[in-house]
Amino acid sequence: MPKPLEVTLPSDREVRVVRSFNAPRQLVWDAHTKPELIKKWMLGPPGWSMPVCEMDVRVGGSYRWRWRSDEDGKEFGFFGTFTEVNKPARIAHEEHYDPGDVGGAMSTEPALISNDLTEKDGVTTMVVTMRFPSKEARDGAVSTGMTDGMEMGYVRLDETFAAVA
Amino acid sequence: MNKSAALDATFAALADPTRRAILARLATGEASVVELAEPFAMSQPAISKHLKVLERAGLISIGQEAQRRPRKLEVKPLDEAVDWIERYREIWAANYERLDALLEELQAKPAKRKRKKT
Repeated sequence: MPKPLEVTLPSDREVRVVRSFNAPRQLVWDAHTKPELIKKWMLGPPGWSMPVCEMDVRVGGSYRWRWRSDEDGKEFGFFGTFTEVNKPARIAHEEHYDPGDVGGAMSTEPALISNDLTEKDGVTTMVVTMRFPSKEARDGAVSTGMTDGMEMGYVRLDETFAAVA
Repeated sequence: MNKSAALDATFAALADPTRRAILARLATGEASVVELAEPFAMSQPAISKHLKVLERAGLISIGQEAQRRPRKLEVKPLDEAVDWIERYREIWAANYERLDALLEELQAKPAKRKRKKT
């Protein structure tokens, strides 16, 4: 069984997510870079689809993701530019939140997201590091819905509830 | 406060270790400002400042007793924050579980996979 999602806060501006997959890293890479594969798993909340997934995977190339609610047709998404592409080991991109008609603040400065893949004994470990322009931006990401920033609130609550429980 | 602003206030209030420690202390029962200040190397006014933040976020309230004015924990905003987080944690857990299944499927029939240059 793959290890569960592991989340840490390496600094005030960062969130790190670690997850292992029982697959060679080339496959994990494909699943994160090929639109037809991404659309199969990165679906968001139940009742949401991912109608837009455009990926131009090269340094300086751009990407655009959009999710749509089946219920009311509301949309939101992310878009940005790839800053590093080192297949199949590392990919990094600048990310902007696109509030669409769901809401939340449009980011003025992008977050920097990197994704490092290492493979050992057929298991690929993925380390996603999200660096926000400021602590406020990181904290703000928590309130915008399905951003990666949500993980940080989770960690914080974990600490609190470890004490409270 | 709308829901999003309330969550902002909750998360901001929880972002400080002293305030988390205060909440942990209050989870064991109500306490006066003096009692809350005790375990910290901090002045009473400094503690009061933290209590103000917690109070504004609705995480604590002030008890009836006029003399001690004890603080007590309010769990509702914490519950709401947990619900919110749990929802998004589930979304990502579900995403990665779908990815697990997809990776398994891709490995099961490697011949059918079309390699596209990326």
